[in-house]
Amino acid sequence: MRDTMDLIADFFRELAADYPRWNFIWMYEPLQQGKVLSGIWMTIKLSIACLILSMIIGVLGAFAQGSRNVILRSIVQGYIQFFRNTPPYVQLLFFYFALGQFTPTYSPDGWLEMPIISNVGWAIISLSFFAGAFNVEIFRAGIEAVPESTREASESLGFSRGQTYRYVVLPLALRVSLPALNNNLVNLVKTTTQAFGIAVPELLYQSVTIWNDYPSALYPTMLLVFVVYIVLVGLLVMSMNRWESSMRIPGYGS
Amino acid sequence: MTEWTEKDPIVSIQDVHKYFGDLQVLKGVSLDVMKGEVVCIIGPSGSGKSTLIRCVNALNDIQGGTIKVRGIDLTDPNLDMLALRKRVGMVFQQYNLFPHKTAIENIMMAPMLVLKENEDEVRKLARELMRKVRLEDKEDAYPGELSGGQQQRVAIARSLAMSPDVMLFDEVTAALDPETVKEVLVTIKDLAQDGMTCILVTHEMGFAREVADHIYFTDHGVIVEHGPPSTFFSKAKDPRTKEFLSQIL
Ligand SMILES: Nc1ncnc2c1ncn2[C@@H]1O[C@H](COP(=O)(O)OP(=O)(O)OP(=O)(O)O)[C@@H](O)[C@H]1O
Ligand SMILES: [Mg+2]
Repeated sequence: MRDTMDLIADFFRELAADYPRWNFIWMYEPLQQGKVLSGIWMTIKLSIACLILSMIIGVLGAFAQGSRNVILRSIVQGYIQFFRNTPPYVQLLFFYFALGQFTPTYSPDGWLEMPIISNVGWAIISLSFFAGAFNVEIFRAGIEAVPESTREASESLGFSRGQTYRYVVLPLALRVSLPALNNNLVNLVKTTTQAFGIAVPELLYQSVTIWNDYPSALYPTMLLVFVVYIVLVGLLVMSMNRWESSMRIPGYGS
Repeated sequence: MTEWTEKDPIVSIQDVHKYFGDLQVLKGVSLDVMKGEVVCIIGPSGSGKSTLIRCVNALNDIQGGTIKVRGIDLTDPNLDMLALRKRVGMVFQQYNLFPHKTAIENIMMAPMLVLKENEDEVRKLARELMRKVRLEDKEDAYPGELSGGQQQRVAIARSLAMSPDVMLFDEVTAALDPETVKEVLVTIKDLAQDGMTCILVTHEMGFAREVADHIYFTDHGVIVEHGPPSTFFSKAKDPRTKEFLSQIL
């Protein structure tokens, strides 16, 4: 095992010597390799946190939009307008630099002042709210696609509003929403690269530090970024498709 | 509230007025149904038949008059909606089954979630009901895999699973093709013969004549004429009833 790893490392070391533009430095230098791996891991963590949070925001927001409370509805509407109609990168900067100033700090050692919410935290919050705004709209469209008569049937059986929502409306709405949700979540995973702007050490951030230090690693590292995203998004799409087909109802829809 | 007894009407509708915005749809409708009675409501399209029976399980609210179901006053601001819905079952023209649940799950959901009954017992009851509507071999079929008539019979079984005192049927055969109409009507007839109180909106005059104890004819939000089938069809007095019957018979 060790031998094969060495053989591979030697191969790339020689490749870099023969072709200076193709320096796959993270294939043979442990320090750079560590950066790449931790970058990929950070990207995966960011993506998963944002996927989950944005879907929770979507479900809650869509439920709030169906409420009778006008104030609640207009808050949700305002939220959607703001996050949908402004660039996510500006939102990220706004959260981190503007709101970040007002968040309390704590001091772990009595010397350093650490903000309660780190840059990673702000990236997760900002990106989740961004994608969440679209998810609210997506889920709402799904909910509206559930016929009023189906809701009435469940109410006339004695279901409460919450039970109707949970056992009848949501399961049906989710099925309608999945294709659009799929698109939005794919976009979300790709948008995590913007966390670079507030120095979150995700894959793009790490890659840039690598090719700044080693310009000869520019092409290979860019290639790596593309490949990693193709694989990550591919995995997401695959699991979404599997989810979709596991929820398919015989004799219903397409 | 005076206690309801078997001598009182199980459904009592008194001088009910209903508006949709400015449009007045019910203009003082009164109608009593005794326990075990089968009542048919007929009338031209738009006359307010659906609106009236939807008021009986509070899917529509009313702006004037009173409705009582087994002593429960629907106009009471503190109306216990759950208590009402347990007593009143409703079957719709478009069946409205839950498409993501199998036939038997459709029947089991309400007793389990609303009445919090034990799953094994509910399953036994649901099987019995499937047999009653002659669909014992379709337990695990999804609604999309059933014919219209079969879906409608599952919908009837689903309502019956809550053991209601009154069943409401709103043109439940109107979306079916002629061959399957009969299988649904037979199911309802069985129910009526078992003593279930039924209020039906229907265009099936032959069926109404056969099973109804009382027939009401509505037009433009009022009850124009009513009576038992024996006199209603042969001795209608009002010109509107006569015209309607001449068109439909
Ligand atoms: N939700 C609603 N909002 C506004 N108007 C309504 C609503 N529901 C019914 N109406 C109106 O009330 C009137 C009576 O409707 P209803 O559905 O009770 O008629 P119907 O006798 O059942 O007719 P049909 O035989 O066609 O089913 C119609 O003029 C209809 O347009
Ligand atoms: Mg109608």
